[in-house]
Amino acid sequence: MRAFQILIDGFAISALYALGATGFTLIFGVSGVLNLSHGAIMVAAAVAAWAAASILGVGTYAGALIGVGVALLTAFATYFAVVKPIQDSRRIPNEEKEIFVLTGTLLWGIMIQELIAYFFTNNAKTVLPIVEGVVEILGVRTPRNEIFTAIVCCLVIGLLWLLVNRTRTGKAVLAASMNPRGVTLLGLELTNIYIVVWAIYGILAGIAGVLLGMFLGVSSYSVGPLTASAFSIVVLGGLGSVSGSLIAAFVVGYLETLTAYLVSPAYRTIPALLLLVFVMYIRPQGLLGRR
Amino acid sequence: MASFFTSRLFFVSLALVVIAATLPLYVSGYVLGLLTVAFYFGVFAMAWDLLFGFAGEVNFGPTFLIGVGAYTAGILNAQFGWSVYLCIVLGALASVVAGLVLALPALRVRGPYFGLTTLVAVLMLQNFVVVFADLTGGEIGLTIPDVITINAGANYWIALGFMTISAAILYGLSQSPVGLVLQASGQDPVQAGALGFNIVKHKLAAFIVSAFFSGLSGALLVFYFGTASVGTVVDVAVGVNVIVSAVLGGRRTVLGAALGAIFLIVAGEFLRPTGELATFIVSAVALLVVLFFPGGFLGAALSREARS
Repeated sequence: MRAFQILIDGFAISALYALGATGFTLIFGVSGVLNLSHGAIMVAAAVAAWAAASILGVGTYAGALIGVGVALLTAFATYFAVVKPIQDSRRIPNEEKEIFVLTGTLLWGIMIQELIAYFFTNNAKTVLPIVEGVVEILGVRTPRNEIFTAIVCCLVIGLLWLLVNRTRTGKAVLAASMNPRGVTLLGLELTNIYIVVWAIYGILAGIAGVLLGMFLGVSSYSVGPLTASAFSIVVLGGLGSVSGSLIAAFVVGYLETLTAYLVSPAYRTIPALLLLVFVMYIRPQGLLGRR
Repeated sequence: MASFFTSRLFFVSLALVVIAATLPLYVSGYVLGLLTVAFYFGVFAMAWDLLFGFAGEVNFGPTFLIGVGAYTAGILNAQFGWSVYLCIVLGALASVVAGLVLALPALRVRGPYFGLTTLVAVLMLQNFVVVFADLTGGEIGLTIPDVITINAGANYWIALGFMTISAAILYGLSQSPVGLVLQASGQDPVQAGALGFNIVKHKLAAFIVSAFFSGLSGALLVFYFGTASVGTVVDVAVGVNVIVSAVLGGRRTVLGAALGAIFLIVAGEFLRPTGELATFIVSAVALLVVLFFPGGFLGAALSREARS
């Protein structure tokens, strides 16, 4: 009974973590950018969906779409206003661009967070779920919303896999992650590929944010923890490895759920952090990472 | 190094310190209190810059070192009643030990991996403070019975003196042969290693020095505030302020980091009337500096001097 509950709850939270981390790892894999405004973009999507549905009253479906749209626009703004200017800057030495992208996106994330707090207060917001009610699976009463979350996450990740491996655009993205210079020699514009990647990223982060808003609720305080958890999942899995971060998301998700149920919700995040340190000790490049 | 004592930077710094030292004679206790905190933050930022600016290691966990120093000192005083000065010294030492424990594994990895390891250290410390609430005061914070002094002027002078001495040592170190090796290993570790320098040993030394000053400053800050809390010495947001200070003031300048910290704290206070938008405005200004003046305040000023 309890084992099934852990199995089901753990699956939903892990799938959500996986979706949240996938976009983050995709951008790193293709362009080497660690986007520290990630949590802010997810929260922006959730808050936009909440505001559209609860204040404007456009309904849950339109609200969710608006949330994803806002995440897409924010992702583009992040790329064009922060990341691209730093990458193109001639005043920043190449070997320091990484730290500047980190600092820049961090500040950008704080700006988004503060704007959300200013306009929508710091209170937690729960997005109205698309499906409501409870069903009984294997003797465990499970909210339909939780099942919906898990299914959407798996579907989106599956679609992403198809997009990257089966379409022309996806193959260009994959090629750019392996050899950016080679791609430009083939006559493809690298900037265009990056724009595609940021678009995919925005949609992924938007869906993850809206689902999170429906499942657990968010507030402007969630920004930092969300970025930190995506960062640790991605590093645990191996930077730039999408399959690695999927595995890591499930490891972290289940570890947290197990701790919350069997020990105490107060200790929830500690075992996952300890595991992370342990993996860093013995395998610094992460589970499936390349050195 | 010797040329520093004849440089314009030295005279400007000296003048600033002398002017700053006279402030308690004519400004309010409120301004002094603000600057006292800013000076301790200045040391946090300079210690961070020694590690990042020179060794090229992005330490996302400055507040791990600060927090260990602050909480060790605070707990020893609050729970065991040891004297303030002993607690401060032990706080700084605890921070050095914590720095060693963190640095040994962390220095094996580079770039984002190093950053994450240090970030995780902060998150763990934060969790432990909350879990061991009996000892640490948990989320409410730890009330500390003793303070160094309650005189605003004396506190201000202590902070100013401490920052000046720290700045002299950290800046001197950054310009010394050790600093040059660090800088070389930050820019091209392979080549620096090929020249026969033990990079890991140098970075470890930088980490320990950084930890010592962070912990010492954290412990002093705790005895100034009279409390230790996650929100003031451990939280990731505090670490972000330290990093932003250093980048804003000019990385690799050490002294610029202190300027950045003072600017950040004073600007935040000036913008307080704007309410919740204060942090937004400070972050926006910092982002503009990062985008358009990547050298930071001092970097921009020095390059202009070099050009003329």
